[in-house]
Order: sequence, then structure tokens, then C-alpha cells
Amino acid sequence: MDGAESPSGSAARRLATPGEFALTRARARLGFAVIVFGIVYLIIAGRVADLTLFNEAPESSSVAAAGETVATTHRADIVDRNGTILATSLPLFSLCADGRKILDPDDAERKLLSVLPDLDTERLDDLLRGSKHCAPIKRHVTPRQYYAVNKLGIAGLEFSPDEGRTYPAGAVTAHVLGYTDIDNNGIAGIEKSLNGKLQRNADPIALTLDLRLQTILHRELSAAFETFHALGAAGLIMDIASGEILSLVSLPDFDPQRAGSADDDAKFNRATLGVYEMGSTFKIFNTAMALDSGLIKASERFDTTHPLETSHKTIRDFHASTHHLNVAEIFIESSNIGSALMADRLGAARQKAFLGQLGLMEKSSIELPEVGAPLLPPASGWGETTTMTVSFGHGIAVNAVQLAGAVATILNDGAPVRPSLLKHDPEAQERAPERLVTPRTAEIMRALMRLVVTQGTAKSAEVTGYMVAGKTGTANKQSGGHYVKDARLSSFIGVFPANAPRYLVFAMLDDPKGNAKTRGFATAGWTAAPVVSRVIGQIGPLLGLPPVEPDALAAAEHRLLRALGNDVLDSLQINTGTDDYASVESNSAQ
Amino acid sequence: MPPLARSDQSVLGRWWWTVDRWTLLAIVALIVFGFLLILAATPAVAVRHGLDNFYFVERHFIMLVPAVLIMFTLSLMSPRQVRWLALALMVVFVLLLVSTLFVGIEIKGARRWLHVPGLSIQPSEFVKPLFAVTAAWLFARQCERRGFPALSVNVALYGLILVCLLGQPDIGMTFLTSAIWFGQFFLAGLPVILVGATLLFGLGGAFAAYYAFPHFQSRLDRFLSHSGDTYQTDRALEAFTNGGLFGTGPGEGTVKMTIPDAHSDFVFAVAGEELGLIWCLVIIALFAFIVLRGFMRARQENNLFVLLAVSGLLIEFGLQAAINLASTLHLMPAKGMTLPFISYGGSSLWSLSLGMGMLLALTRKRYGLSDV
Repeated sequence: MDGAESPSGSAARRLATPGEFALTRARARLGFAVIVFGIVYLIIAGRVADLTLFNEAPESSSVAAAGETVATTHRADIVDRNGTILATSLPLFSLCADGRKILDPDDAERKLLSVLPDLDTERLDDLLRGSKHCAPIKRHVTPRQYYAVNKLGIAGLEFSPDEGRTYPAGAVTAHVLGYTDIDNNGIAGIEKSLNGKLQRNADPIALTLDLRLQTILHRELSAAFETFHALGAAGLIMDIASGEILSLVSLPDFDPQRAGSADDDAKFNRATLGVYEMGSTFKIFNTAMALDSGLIKASERFDTTHPLETSHKTIRDFHASTHHLNVAEIFIESSNIGSALMADRLGAARQKAFLGQLGLMEKSSIELPEVGAPLLPPASGWGETTTMTVSFGHGIAVNAVQLAGAVATILNDGAPVRPSLLKHDPEAQERAPERLVTPRTAEIMRALMRLVVTQGTAKSAEVTGYMVAGKTGTANKQSGGHYVKDARLSSFIGVFPANAPRYLVFAMLDDPKGNAKTRGFATAGWTAAPVVSRVIGQIGPLLGLPPVEPDALAAAEHRLLRALGNDVLDSLQINTGTDDYASVESNSAQ
Repeated sequence: MPPLARSDQSVLGRWWWTVDRWTLLAIVALIVFGFLLILAATPAVAVRHGLDNFYFVERHFIMLVPAVLIMFTLSLMSPRQVRWLALALMVVFVLLLVSTLFVGIEIKGARRWLHVPGLSIQPSEFVKPLFAVTAAWLFARQCERRGFPALSVNVALYGLILVCLLGQPDIGMTFLTSAIWFGQFFLAGLPVILVGATLLFGLGGAFAAYYAFPHFQSRLDRFLSHSGDTYQTDRALEAFTNGGLFGTGPGEGTVKMTIPDAHSDFVFAVAGEELGLIWCLVIIALFAFIVLRGFMRARQENNLFVLLAVSGLLIEFGLQAAINLASTLHLMPAKGMTLPFISYGGSSLWSLSLGMGMLLALTRKRYGLSDV
């Protein structure tokens, strides 16, 4: 390049010098530079306008990422039958220290203790001075603590996402739900038995529990537990037709948030893990078996006037009777002697088979890990004496849930009832199950259990506006192979409405002590039955069963009692009236 | 500034009435914007580096004072003085540039910095404006006086600088210096056929760089496929979106906290978030105003050396701004280049003051050709 092209125009010739020609050309070419830069800046301005005005927020990744780590929990919620949360996971934090980054460990320790006072000082000493990349200081740090620690501004303290389990109902649902370990693995209760499902499921898992009923039963049982200074207590509410457990309580209980520090007794589930000799409630099975066998009628009398001597022991009644009692009277007055004689007539084989069919000889299938297997008499030793004692609930120990299931089975016209904490697809139970007792037997049992409340040992179970039926059980507790006279297990199993039972309420007190109000008595009629009475009065309306007018109630009751037949009714001096006009159909009494 | 009478014949008086006051005003406006954005952008960066909140703000201010002084002092000079000063400094800084290859400090795989006790300098930053003036003089000589081997000297000088920059390596600076030099060559009469050849040469150079320099390759790949680590660009775009039309207000930005280079190469994203579209357009308009007004005034110029020198300095200034803005806006691959007068960064700021000081000096009204 020699710097100048040959000037050709006349004007250029006049200007002559190459410098001036170059100047003209440079000016012309500058116009080009102006255009190029103009376009570049226009593009840039257009791009800014496009970005600021028309750009869809590109899923603000930093915000979204932050949101995710905070909000995501992995373990599914547990809810009750109405969707109320019983157990949920909270996004928490885990705090750790990088000792190499901490400038002043003393200062850091002092500040940290001011915010998290429950930290172990000596351990903290080591952690803050250690050389670990991330020495764990505390798990399950709450957002409030997280904020407080961050506010201290100590370099070298770091958080990572953590997850913690919380139970809004606290101790009320503790025994059913169980609890998890620090890493959110279920180690007791439903949390353990459904651990895999809870870890996989995105949706909450619904139990059959109803938190409203759970709260009521827990409150009433707790009151009795304290009033009678019992060692323990257990109770449950069950839907008789489906076996769904609406409430399950065991006392004493514990705070599931601090399960680690609760003692073993508090964590012992008396409703499922504990097996007890239930006592007289077993007479429900004995009587139903006798009536259903067709060999013994309700009006048949047995000699109950003197204690029964067997090869091993003497069987007595709480109140010795002065005349021969019929089957109905034996049940209502809870005669051990009469029950034993009935069982003896029918034999051990029939008894074993019947109890087996009711599910009392094997471990309950309730969906909890804490289930106690029944304590049965040795198969070889199930002789005459055993048959007699089992008839009134001694010599065999079962848990409360299977007892309730067996009673429900009988009252459910013999269709087996399997107690459950999880809702089951009603379609699944397609084929009609074999009935264990006839509807006729079930009807008589309902009438007899109603009479226990109106005339027998459980008058305190009456609830105004409801027809409650039931059976008390007061068993002397064993200690070192002997029955202790003053230590007993008092229980009451109640159902309502008696004429067409819908719900079963069970209450049991372990070694209650009588007081002035109960005139020193600690038997089931004085202790457990009132609990069930109070519970039914409160849960009836919640379950869509409002109190019924006395007239309608009386009419329905008369219809129920007529199932017993005139012989029995006469012996009990019950007049149910002869005219049906009095018993106007009342749906609400059903 | 106190009012100066037109008849005032003092140095200051003559300066005031002959200097391009509009360009001066635009530069001052940029410096003010820069200070405001440094105030907003740097505390987060400083904290991240474990420094005091206002570390960068203080440093920026400390460096602004000499920068303004350099610019003002240079703008008092005549074109002839500018030329001799540029030639003299040129020699010094080219020597320093050569020495980076041997005693430079290696930062992120490149030797661009010299450590003089007290401060670190990047000689290539200073070579840029000085070379623009020197090359302009050589091009003008070549056009005006035959016989002097101006072109050979010019090509040799360019070649030397090119070798040094590629040796560091510094692709961005190579590109910018080449663009200035070829731009000036174009204005000085490079035949159209050779202009095409130059563009091919540039394209070829880009291809060669793509295969020769892995980091250049990775940046281009990331731009084209928008995959891999595009964190900084993504955050920058998010900042603009967050800003919208009116911005979040000064100091109210949140996305800026997550941009690692918010104080330097990505300072415009902070402007986008906090000041919004309107003020961003004002900033772009200021750059465009300085460049385009400068070109328009250069067209009125009667002296070829001044025309070429002014154009070269404007190409440097305008191209650097455009590259920075375009990378921040993801219009081109991310390139480490500061936004003139706005980004934090000492060497860059002083080099720009040097360039713009010379520009102001060269664009002053002169009466007659004898001044040059």
C-alpha cells in the first residue's frame, strides 16, 4: 500500500496534495464507522429493552433453588380419617462447625451457648477447636434457632438442610403413631410399621383414627387413670361393622417429640402390646358359645349356690347366690360358678375352637409393630379346670384390641370383625364370610349385655339418651404365679346403640385404687364403666347418633329384650309390655 | 466551574472555550453513574472476598482522583504535544509489555500484569490508546509524505504488539488492538479488496484462536450451546429481568448479590436491576453520544493525523463499551472487558483517562493548521 490512489477527478487535481486527498477519503469512510457504531448501539439498546420488558422471568433459579431446599420434606404426612394432620415433616437445619475457619473458639462457644443453651459445653469445646471439615454440632435446628445462629455471624458455622418429624396432637396420639429416630426412620408405632410407605409416598397416609374421638377418650381415660391412681390404662373406640379403630389410647404416655427421654413404661402400649387376663368380659364368649351350640338355653338353670371345687382350685362368686341362676342371670350377675359349669358341659375342644375362630388364640393383625401374642394355657394342660377358668377370663391373656374384635364379631351377627388402623377397600372383602354365631345368638347377647347395664354390674355405664350395652371385667392380677386379691384389672366393654350396635368403646384400668367416692370399690363397675359412659355421651353426637327421646328409647329397648323369651324375662321380673303400639318405629334409636 | 470570559487568554480560559464541553459532560456523567453503581455493586463482592464493605468503593474513589487529573492535564495539551507524549510513553509501555512475557505475574493462566511495588499495572491497557495515537501519526505520515517508511514501521510495531499480546495470552486485547489498527488503516485508505482480506484474516484469526486457546474455545462453546457453566451470564440476564422498566431502586437489587463480577465486567447488570431500562438506555446513549459525536467532529477535521488519532481512540472507547455491554447482555461470548469509566478497575480507568484526555486535547477547536 503506497498510501494514495491516483487522483483522477479534476477537483482532486486542483487540491493536488496526496494528504488532502487522503483526508477527503478518510472523511467519507468515517461515515461508514458512524453507521456501524450506530447500529451496534441500537442493537444493544434493543436488547436491554427486550430483556427488561419482555423477558419471561427465567424461573429465577437462585430463588427457586432456595425455595426448594427449604420446602421439600421427604416423609409423607399421616392424617386421621378426616384429613387432620397427625404427623408431618418440618424442614429444619443441621448445624456443623469447621474448626479451621473459626477464628475465636472461646467467643464462638460463648455466643453459641447464648442461643442454644442445651448444647453440651465440653463436646462443643472439642468441636469448635477440631480440624474436621464439618463437625456436627446439632441436628434439627429450628428456623428460629437458624436465624439466631446466623445472626451471631460466626465464620465457620455452617447449616445443611435437615428434616424433623412433628406430631401436632402430641401425647394424645403418641402410642398409635410411634416416633422416628433423628434420621426420620420410624422406630415405633405406625411410623415403624408403615416406614417404607411413608418414605415413598408423596401423599399423606390416612388412618382410621378420628382425632376428635381420640382426644375425648384420652381425656376421660386420663382422668380415671389419675383419680384411681392406676398403674396404667388403655382404651379404644371401634366401628363394629368395619373393625376400623377410631381411637386407641394407652396410659401413661409420652411426648413423641422427646421419645428418647421417655421411660419404657410410658412407651409400653397397653392396648396392643400388653396382654391381660381380661376376666368377666370373656363371659360374652362363653355365653354366646353356649347359646349358639343349641345345647344350653338362656333359661336353663345351674347350681351356683356353693363354690365349685376343681382338682386345682376353688371357684367362687363375688356375690354368692342363694338360688340356682339361669344362663341370663349368670351373665348379668357375672357368676363365675355358673360360667364354669356351662363351659364344663360344652367341653374344652369346643371352647378352644370357638376362641380360635374369634381370633383370640393368635397374635392380633393390628397394623402396629407393638403387638403382644396371647398367653394361652398349654395345649396339653387344657383340661377341665382350664376350661372352667377360661370361661370367665382367667388363665388366658389377650390384648385389648383382639378382645374388642372378638366382642364386635359376636355382636355383628357373627360376621368376623378384624380391628384395623388403616382404611380398607370395602370391595376387597367380596365373599360373604362364615358367621361364627347365628344372628339369633347375637340378638340375645345384645339383650343380655343391655341388661348388664340396666340391672347388672355396670349401671354406671348408662348414658341419658343412649341405649348402652356392655360387660364388665374385673380380674385379679397375678403376681409370681398367684392371684393377688387387692391388685386387679378393671375393664368395661361397651357398645351402642344396644339394639343395633354401631360402635364399641373399651376402657381398662390396671390396678385402680378405690376411693371415698366409690366407697372403696375398684371394680370395673365403679372405675371403667363410668369412663365409657362419659365417652359415649360425648362421641355419640359426633358420630351422627344424637340422644334419643326416652319413649322411643324405651320402646326400642323392649323390642330388644323380647329376644330373650318370656321365661327369661319373667325370671328377671322384666315387663316389656305386650302391645307393639308402644314401640313406634324410631330410626334414631337404631 | 467559574464562568470564564471569552476573551480570557489564560491556559484555563482558552481550554474552557475550545474544549468539547458536551463530550466532557458525557464523560463526567459516566463517572458519576460509575460511582453510583460501584457503591451498589461492590459491598456484596467485598464481603465475599472477606474485605471491608466499602473496600472497593474507597479504592475506586482513590483511583478516580488521579484519573480525572490525568484526563484534565492531557486535555490542556496541543495535538503536537499529544503526539510526542504518546510516542514517548509508547516506547516505555511497549517495553513493559514485552517484559510481561518474562517477569509478568501469572493470574488464571495468563501473564498480563507487572508488579511494581505499590501497585500492579497491565501495560497492554496503556499501550492501546498510545498505539492508537502513534499508529495515527504513522498512517498520516504515510499518506502525506512519500519516502518515509511509515508503513513498514507501523506494521512492525503492530506485529510486535500482536506477538506480545498473544504470548500473554490476551485474546480480547489482541482483538481490540487489531480492530483499532485496522480501523485506522481503513480510514487511511486501505483498498476495498484488502478490507475484505482483513475481515477474512480476522475470521481466520478467530478460528485459529478457537483451536489454540482452550479457554477461548470453552467460552465460545458455552455461548453457542448455552450449556455448561453459564452461571454469571444467567444471573446477569436475571438481573435485567428483575429490574424491568424502572428498576428496583439504587441499592435495592438482590440478583446482583449472586453475580461474582458485579463490580467489574458485569457492572451493567447491576444498572439493569437497580436503575431499570430507562437509565440503562441513558447510559448506552451516553456512550453512543461520545462515539458518534466524536466521529462527526472528526469528519470536520482538516488534519489527517488528528482525524485518525481521534477515530482510533473512539474506536477503542466505543468498541470496548460495546463488547462489555454485548457480553453482559449475552449477545456475544463473555469477554473480560471493562465498561469504560463505570467498572471498577485501576489500570483500565487510568488507561481510559489517558485515551480520553488525549481525545479531548485533539478535539479542541484550533484555528489554522499550524498548531499541529
